[in-house]
Amino acid sequence: MKAEPTVGLKALHDKRGWLALAIVTLVLCVLVPVLSLAVPASSPLHLPDYLVALFGKFLCYGIVALAIDLIWGFTGILSLGHGVFFALGGYAMGMYLMLSIGAQGVYKSALPDFMVFLDWKELPWFWRGFDYLGVALTAALVVPGLLAFAFGYFAFRSRIRGVYFSIITQALTYALMLLFFRNETGFGGNNGLTDFKSLYGYDLHQPSTKVALYLFSALGLLLTYLVCRYIVTSKAGRVLRAIRDAESRAMFVGFNPTSYKLFAWTLSAVLCGLAGALYVPQVGIINPGEMQPANSIEMGIWVAVGGRATLFGAVLGAFLVNGMRSFFTAAMPNAWLYVLGLLFIAVTLFFPDGVAGALGRLKRKS
Amino acid sequence: MIADRLFKPAMWRRLVLPLVFAIASLAQSRGARADQLSEDLSGLASTDASEVSAAIAKAANRGDARALTALHALDDGSLRFDTQKHLLIKKDNGVLSDALTGAPATAQGKLEEPASDNEVRRALSPALASLSLSAPSAAVRLKAAHELGRPSDEIVPIVRQVLAKEADPDVKVALALALAPADLASEKPADRIRALDAIRAASDASFKTDVERLLSKGEGGKLVEPDASVRAAATAAISAIETRQLLINSVGNTFYGLSLGSVLILCALGLSITFGLMGVINMAHGEMMMIGAYTAFVVQNFFVAHLPAHLDWYVAVAVPAAFVVSGAVGVLMERTVIRHLYGRPLETLLATWGISLLLIQTVRVIFGAQNVTVANPSWLSGGVEILPQVVLTYSRLAVIGFSVVVMLFVWALMQKTRLGLEVRAVTQNRAMAAAMGISTRRVDMWTFGIGSGVAGLGGVALSQLGNVGPELGQGYIVDSFMVVVLGGVGKLAGTIAGGLGLGLVNKYLEPLAGAVLGKIFILGFIIVFIQRRPQGIFALKGRAAEVS
Repeated sequence: MKAEPTVGLKALHDKRGWLALAIVTLVLCVLVPVLSLAVPASSPLHLPDYLVALFGKFLCYGIVALAIDLIWGFTGILSLGHGVFFALGGYAMGMYLMLSIGAQGVYKSALPDFMVFLDWKELPWFWRGFDYLGVALTAALVVPGLLAFAFGYFAFRSRIRGVYFSIITQALTYALMLLFFRNETGFGGNNGLTDFKSLYGYDLHQPSTKVALYLFSALGLLLTYLVCRYIVTSKAGRVLRAIRDAESRAMFVGFNPTSYKLFAWTLSAVLCGLAGALYVPQVGIINPGEMQPANSIEMGIWVAVGGRATLFGAVLGAFLVNGMRSFFTAAMPNAWLYVLGLLFIAVTLFFPDGVAGALGRLKRKS
Repeated sequence: MIADRLFKPAMWRRLVLPLVFAIASLAQSRGARADQLSEDLSGLASTDASEVSAAIAKAANRGDARALTALHALDDGSLRFDTQKHLLIKKDNGVLSDALTGAPATAQGKLEEPASDNEVRRALSPALASLSLSAPSAAVRLKAAHELGRPSDEIVPIVRQVLAKEADPDVKVALALALAPADLASEKPADRIRALDAIRAASDASFKTDVERLLSKGEGGKLVEPDASVRAAATAAISAIETRQLLINSVGNTFYGLSLGSVLILCALGLSITFGLMGVINMAHGEMMMIGAYTAFVVQNFFVAHLPAHLDWYVAVAVPAAFVVSGAVGVLMERTVIRHLYGRPLETLLATWGISLLLIQTVRVIFGAQNVTVANPSWLSGGVEILPQVVLTYSRLAVIGFSVVVMLFVWALMQKTRLGLEVRAVTQNRAMAAAMGISTRRVDMWTFGIGSGVAGLGGVALSQLGNVGPELGQGYIVDSFMVVVLGGVGKLAGTIAGGLGLGLVNKYLEPLAGAVLGKIFILGFIIVFIQRRPQGIFALKGRAAEVS
């Protein structure tokens, strides 16, 4: 029997897929809030606040992993600079949070503390409007998108690819990191933006606010997953994979790789910006350290560990690697870099298809 | 003929004999003057301030520079006299010498210090100035003139007198400069112009603010300097100062740029070769430098512990040791990880990043997270001052020379040896080279080892310039990638041009835009550059270009 052409929601997942997704979503969105808010603090099942924030952080990393899977796993472009897009989204949100501190800062001025410290008299022009959440959220998506579009437009047009592209993305994040380290750039320099008090009137230190932010992150992750899933199962997704596997051939067949790559690249950056915007209120700080080349490379390893071109594997990888990081940096701080280094080597040498690939093989055997 | 004429007896009578007499009489007068000198200075051996001051004035009026020793000693408080009123200088270590002749001397009886109060000091400083400024040796006069700085009111007339008699051009410039502050404050425009001319002649940067003040507008928008001709002189002085500063800065920047470029070349050489050969980016390349630097540290410590007499030569051992250690780590890396990832450059990139994390953490565990210091050997400390404020340190000069030697070594290796021939063949066309019987795997391994070894040499060079820490290599990796991108892959000339260009531009931009903005400009430039010329400055031509 001929396979039916799949349309609508069926195209994304079969029935079992949707069911699995629904279960995971329910567990993430119901279990954590209930354990945190409804279970009394004395109970061993109670989820402490810091863990809620930690899980929320992981969800943001999951969004980043999806974004990288889209561009690396499906399009074959390894970016060593996605930390920039993540940080830019974070800075946009941080600017809003900074301005909503108002006059409650150390210097009791309407200006953010670091500007008072630098003896600035008024907000620089690029801070205008960031006292509205809507403006900040838009900027968190648009600014990384524009940067990625401009960068990608020139790079893809000159057909820079492979390791060359990876290296110049690393140069990009390095250059922007240096720029943001400067006090004169106007984003708090070395210390970045921190000491946030409230978001849209809600106290950031309240457990309920933390759970709400967690839920928004989970929602963001779910939406990102569906968007990515939609793209990779569409015809455009097939073109992306064709470009990954044989760019010249895809070009000869009549597709323009530049515009497809540019689309995936820009979307990937926008998703990273979203992740950054969700991340900052939960960790309470954004500084140029997020743009370190090392951070961006690590984002790549999340996807490699989880399994490339699988989407759910990427999210799994982000959770796994960051879970390990949280465990090791607390329990055995000296061992963590060994573990991470060995992870890089082992995954590339022995498990090129990652955890998702290993799960798939198990399933086929049984 | 000529000889005959030279030795005519009349000649002897007319020239040589008077000369002999002259010398004899000079010697006599010297003796007489020495007596005068000790007579003049005898007043110093007193605890009465007015007597001491009178003696100072006498010595200053006589103008005999030999009195300076005693007066300087009085100035710094080391002058003593004994019960015989004999003037002696007591050094810090307690040794006594005669204040007039400088010969070792012994004290008779109790030593006393001459009086020294404000009166004495007021008399002393102009006396010191006038005596040292009229010393017979031009070098002494020049030094004294430089030391004048901005002389006080009582010294200014003395300087004017001395300047009128001075013949040496260098001393004249220095004296005129010393008078400049007084002249600038003068009521007469001619004086101010003279001061500005002196500043222009000396191009002394310390007067820049004073001169700029003349050209600025004071309160109410009125010009500070009313006279147009003085303003013209001030403008000329400023431009002379700026030209001078530009010269000093560009010499300094060129030197620092060359030394930075040399380090970048050392780091990028190996990277460029391995990238050209295997198409892999070795993210652990910076750690090879770090290992080289730590090897230098270990060798240094070994010398300190076991061969302290030959400590100065530890560098001679550290260089080959670093090459071998870093090279061995490189070969190990290639054997265990990189060869299995052949043809998957992006995965190689991630795997080598993992290796770099392992290496950093290992070094941190062994040597600690703090920076360690590798001391320069004594023959590399110090430097030559080629211009005022521009010191070329020997260590940086040595790094530049060292990188030239390494470049020649790599060039010879690539062009003159069989391995080099094979490397070039594999770089151009791997399949064809393999078909010709070249063991490409073996070539890969050796090339990787040599590339890493050269990075280790770069590490030794870096250890001579600054501190050594586990993150040493991380700071250079992005820059050396940029050198490779700029210079094109696998081309020695490109790497050299890229490294020097990047080093020089970096150092030239630093004073203009600040270190960070300068770096951002450069990265931005490279990102634009690679769009235009993805193959680097020196693109491969002909068949090689088709393959790559």
